[in-house]
Amino acid sequence: MKIIACVKQVPDTETQIKVAPDGTSIAQDGIKWVMNPYDEFGVEEALRLKEKFGGEVIVVGLGPKRVTESLRTALAMGADKAILVTDDALEGSDALAVARALAAAVKDLEFDLILAGQRGVDDDQGLVGASLAEFLGIPHLPVITKLEASEDGKSVKANRPVEGKTLVLEAALPALVTAQKGLNEPRYASLPGIMKAKKKPLEEKSLADLGLDASEFGTGARKLKVIELTPPPERQAGKIVEGESPEEKAAALAKLLHDEAKVI
Amino acid sequence: MAQGVMVIAEQRGGEIHKISNEVTSEGRRLADALGQDLTTVVLGSGVKDKAAALARYGADKIIAADDPQLENYTSDAYVPVIAEIVKANEPAVLLLGASSMGKDLSARLSARLGVGMAQDCVSFAVEDGKLTAVRPIYAGKAYAKVTFSDDSLPQMATARPNVLAVNEPDAGRSADVVDAPVNLDDGQSKAKVAEVVVDESGKVDLTEADKIVSGGRGMKGPEGFQVLEELAAAIGGSVGASRSAVGAGWRSHTDQVGQTGKVVSPNLYVACGISGAIQHLAGMSTSKVIVAINKDPDAPIFQKADYGVVDDLFKVVPPLTEEVKKVMA
Ligand SMILES: Cc1cc2nc3c(=O)[nH]c(=O)nc-3n(C[C@H](O)[C@H](O)[C@H](O)COP(=O)(O)OP(=O)(O)OC[C@H]3O[C@@H](n4cnc5c(N)ncnc54)[C@H](O)[C@@H]3O)c2cc1C
Ligand SMILES: Nc1ncnc2c1ncn2[C@@H]1O[C@H](COP(=O)(O)O)[C@@H](O)[C@H]1O
Repeated sequence: MKIIACVKQVPDTETQIKVAPDGTSIAQDGIKWVMNPYDEFGVEEALRLKEKFGGEVIVVGLGPKRVTESLRTALAMGADKAILVTDDALEGSDALAVARALAAAVKDLEFDLILAGQRGVDDDQGLVGASLAEFLGIPHLPVITKLEASEDGKSVKANRPVEGKTLVLEAALPALVTAQKGLNEPRYASLPGIMKAKKKPLEEKSLADLGLDASEFGTGARKLKVIELTPPPERQAGKIVEGESPEEKAAALAKLLHDEAKVI
Repeated sequence: MAQGVMVIAEQRGGEIHKISNEVTSEGRRLADALGQDLTTVVLGSGVKDKAAALARYGADKIIAADDPQLENYTSDAYVPVIAEIVKANEPAVLLLGASSMGKDLSARLSARLGVGMAQDCVSFAVEDGKLTAVRPIYAGKAYAKVTFSDDSLPQMATARPNVLAVNEPDAGRSADVVDAPVNLDDGQSKAKVAEVVVDESGKVDLTEADKIVSGGRGMKGPEGFQVLEELAAAIGGSVGASRSAVGAGWRSHTDQVGQTGKVVSPNLYVACGISGAIQHLAGMSTSKVIVAINKDPDAPIFQKADYGVVDDLFKVVPPLTEEVKKVMA
């Protein structure tokens, strides 16, 4: 099986996000960049399928040179090779443009399956997986917590939990799935894995290499424009509910929620 | 010329889903701001009659794509049908709910239409004739105000459930219901629903829940959650969890609230035995009212809580459930 796993690099979830002086982006200083947590599930699942069916796992990332580090992490986990789509003209691209460039990067790879994350924990969009499937003309099984390939490796079944139900989705390969928490426990890169990853192929592609027109990418070509970023509305610490006993506190709280906050 | 506001309503098992009232109400406000009409679109099987009720929330026209093949949602079935409706009607604004269906549908549809998409927005406005929207990013650690390039039509967005005001239904309002053609053959290989397993029937997805009672490591074990289930049942809410509780195997992964779980905005969020780590706060700080019950007065959750109770949750929650029943009676 030839499996592609998409890897987006995002700020570590510990990061306190600050708005940059330009007012439309986040301040980049001091950010620790990591693989999007949902992509860890995708890479792990790709490796498990390879262990079962044989074949190859290719990880694909798009972004500045620093993304190399996250791709090396995926290689250290066990992926076979990496592709980094990188070009100054890509800076500031929206999800539609990212998906277009990723589609161009993978379309000729004769893949069976693509794994992406259900959403990036940065912009919280969850657009690129579905858009990539659209541009490649393949089915998309979204936000899944279980994946099974048929014995012949020609189709997949996936579990998608929604609203107290689990939908079991089925599609012929090639297809794209987006990974949700619960799919698996991603492995850590081992020391030998990290050593080996240094020698694994990591290919860089520019927009020109992909036959794409740079003017269709970057901030200027965005279809979704950012007017401004602001810090979230401040939440003030409220009141501590007093009482002599837990029962008194409970009674006071119930009253406040009913009479003052009017939420029950 | 692109003209008018179009919203996509949702049904579940033939019943109009609550989010449809929210997006239709917001669609009405945007249509008024633009001085244009509002069209609501419903897809499903046997939904035509139910769809007519959306006129009460403000729809001027209703389009129903009624076909047995549309009974269960898959993007592969819904996208071609809606794409055709959009092409035939050329709306200026296309609004969906950011439910599990809406998020997935809008993602693929935006790519098919080749337009920008603002996911999971909490407010909308019309400024200089254009749609603007505000969306939390980094799970609420920042807010982005966005708009669309001139060539990105329709201006497309999804609305976070539970956030937008629902119009008072106007029983005097009605609208024509028009049939849309259903042609699913776009020549693409499709995913299909092979099976539907009902895990917990009637359970509302956390992202759409109006009230949430969440438990963390302080619940001590899976059985500890029983007291939260009872409180949730009393207030008509759903039960969520911190990553620690999920990681320990006490709750299912679908229950996790936070930056790497579900980002939620209920009217009431009750955090029990949760310390308030940055990743957890990120996922719930847009809740309208936050209550924290924690025995540690220095727990960071109290910094975000509207009401805090410093005590042992196992001593507070059971009487709280009883008191809540009393005040709600
Ligand atoms: C990459 C990454 C992503 C993450 N994503 C998420 C996420 O999406 N969601 C999330 O929740 N976390 C997430 N975390 C984990 C997060 O950092 C915290 O570890 C986690 O939220 C802590 O859970 P907790 O509050 O339940 O546990 P703790 O921090 O251990 O807090 C337990 C609390 O319970 C209180 N307590 C104990 N017993 C009682 C009692 N009897 N009565 C009252 N109070 C009591 C204690 O005082 C304490 O404050 C993530 C971490 C990482 C590294
Ligand atoms: N720049 C990127 N490079 C590689 N994969 C990406 C990129 N952006 C998004 N993806 C993939 O799409 C998923 C959803 O991202 P998003 O649509 O940005 O929320 C991510 O988890 C990745 O798998």
